[in-house]
Amino acid sequence: MADPMKIRAKLDGDVLDVRVLMAHPMETGQRKDAAGNVVPLHFIQTVTAQLNGKTVLQADISQAISRNPVFGFRLKGAKAGDKLAIAWVDNKGDKRTDEITVGAG
Amino acid sequence: MTRALALCAAAALAAAAYLAPAAGQMKAPAPAQAKAPAPAQAKAPAPAQAKAPGQGKAPAAERDATTADFEKFREVLEADNPAELFEAKGAELWKTPRGPKNASLERCDLGLGPGVVKGAYVQLPRYFADAGKVMDAERRIVHCMVTLQGFDAAELAKQPFSTDTRTPDPVAITTFVAGQSRDMKIAPPQKLPQEREAYAVGREIFFYRAGAYDFSCASCHGEDGKRIRTQQLPNFTRADEAVRSYQGWPGYRMTGGVMHTLQWRLWDCFRQQRFPEPGYVSDSLTALLTYLAVNSSGQVYKGPGIKR
Repeated sequence: MADPMKIRAKLDGDVLDVRVLMAHPMETGQRKDAAGNVVPLHFIQTVTAQLNGKTVLQADISQAISRNPVFGFRLKGAKAGDKLAIAWVDNKGDKRTDEITVGAG
Repeated sequence: MTRALALCAAAALAAAAYLAPAAGQMKAPAPAQAKAPAPAQAKAPAPAQAKAPGQGKAPAAERDATTADFEKFREVLEADNPAELFEAKGAELWKTPRGPKNASLERCDLGLGPGVVKGAYVQLPRYFADAGKVMDAERRIVHCMVTLQGFDAAELAKQPFSTDTRTPDPVAITTFVAGQSRDMKIAPPQKLPQEREAYAVGREIFFYRAGAYDFSCASCHGEDGKRIRTQQLPNFTRADEAVRSYQGWPGYRMTGGVMHTLQWRLWDCFRQQRFPEPGYVSDSLTALLTYLAVNSSGQVYKGPGIKR
């Protein structure tokens, strides 16, 4: 599995403010390295969020997203004790899943 | 030793002549605290440093809409700083047995006892009897990697700085160690003669003009209100601005997505002054870091920062 994400979730009533910091080079495939060779395309393609095992968000993203991206979203209907899992898969098939337990608001 | 002290005394005199005497002027060994009576240019309300954004605020007289926008931008950025990813990587490297001796760094003494990481970064640089040298954080980490884990010092010095595809282990570990001093007061010790000497030598280097452009660190960082293009240059000789040399480092630079430490930052300063390249974790950089850290004493360190 790839490097771990950092997930922050703040509960305000029943709305969960989530920010995920993902570790990924997010190469556009248009850069050249010092030797002049093109650095191959390597980026996160899908991000999913599951609350207590149920998928609540799915995002298809592209190589236009920057390196080590931060993904923020708000989720209604969450409560303390819920399990929030974020998973991503990249164009090489590499993946990563991390989970947190929602704390009290 | 005597020559060095004589040079330091001469440098101190030269420094006094070079810079107009100001209330914020630094004196060795103990610098004025941040809240000392401030000269006219100091910011009007002086909020607790802990609340200010990582880069600190410009003196009130210079603050304008553009600066205010930059500071707001920095606050938003700091909320989710990719530096945390490197802190996590460094934490893993700290406890994993590695190197020819297959040992972890958990017995590394950063000045507060073997394995004590919390609070160590803000109490560096300091003198280490086992090495007979004053050492800054990254230098001490490299020392531990060499002595405890068996890594080769020359190998680590070959490519010590991050590129867009590679972050050297000492950089990640230094970021982890720095993060463990988050929200703590900068307090490098100045009790031992070697520590005070490091400060004096660092100050001499700070004011020493050399190179093709006859620059010294003080050329850019020794006066109020200086700026390079849009980048404001803090005056590191002032207690209330010296912390801006320390705060924000190690820092994640968004350009290229690279993690950089103070060893890199000073190397880059030397490059910008068209000086010869300083040695990685060398005495001169430790001395400079001691000067900057001591000048920042009493200010709160907010942990690794984020930069453009």
